[in-house]
Amino acid sequence: MIEGSHHIVPLKHYVAVLVALLCFTVLTVAVAKPATGFDVGHWNTALAMAISSVKAGLVAAIFMHLKYDSKVYLAIFVISLFFMAVLFAFCAIDIFARVNELSTL
Amino acid sequence: MSTGKIVVGGHEVAHHYASAEQEFETSKLGLWTFLATEILMFGGLFVGYAIFHSLYPDMFAEGATHLNWRFGTANTAILIISSFTMVLSIYFAQKNKCKMSAHMLMITFICGAIFMAIKYHEYMHKFELGLYPGSYFSYTHAHHGNLALYFSFYFLMTGLHGFHVLIGMGLIFWLWRRARKNEFNADYYTPLEVVGLFWHLVDIIWIYLFPLLYLIG
Repeated sequence: MIEGSHHIVPLKHYVAVLVALLCFTVLTVAVAKPATGFDVGHWNTALAMAISSVKAGLVAAIFMHLKYDSKVYLAIFVISLFFMAVLFAFCAIDIFARVNELSTL
Repeated sequence: MSTGKIVVGGHEVAHHYASAEQEFETSKLGLWTFLATEILMFGGLFVGYAIFHSLYPDMFAEGATHLNWRFGTANTAILIISSFTMVLSIYFAQKNKCKMSAHMLMITFICGAIFMAIKYHEYMHKFELGLYPGSYFSYTHAHHGNLALYFSFYFLMTGLHGFHVLIGMGLIFWLWRRARKNEFNADYYTPLEVVGLFWHLVDIIWIYLFPLLYLIG
């Protein structure tokens, strides 16, 4: 391997991601009902998951180098998330599409 | 086709690889495939959580009141900082600053230990109250009849995650010992890279567990 053939991410990018992750952590607590009483009904859950996804995306893209690496790794990551969604979809269809029928016999 | 041994950065490339670069890429491919199985393993718990949360939102809201979001926030910050120091360890190895790389690994390890210490404190508090999972549940002041199910999710999800943190700490300690012997440098840092990927995935899982368990009421 030729020295320096790997992409070296500048230090300031890592620091920026760290600061962003900590800020998003403060934000997610600030919009949480148990912590601050912030209450927008079902949107609390949606908001918390959206913030978590942004944080997870930052970790995956920069800390795990997915942004710079071969797209094969990104494909593996996305495929695993896809199959998790498939698992959820079939479970949800099963649970929420059940029709309660009482036997008439 | 090479016939002799390839030694790069003090590391001897395994004989079935054509180059150090090929070895590096193959290791990462293997680790990412492992991470996919990890995502699917935790995925089962996340899907179960989503289904039961939608069936019994009140029960999950009551369960969340038994957790202290301050501890959860502290642990989130600690894991994020540990991910950052893990990344710095690789960064310094890439810059041939071996000493700094080893120091960053030790900080990462200590962050993992602090995380587990806080988790231990939280668990002990739950046990004192009788907030055990499933049929072991013996808390008598529950409003919701299914509160035991919340704690089944709580202990399974944080327990499996905590188990991963412990394994990650063991791996990072092993890397620290190797880094102190100057085994990693700009030309060879594959073990740092793959353990780092594992550690970041454990961080990502906690990033979701924190709001799901502590904040969604």
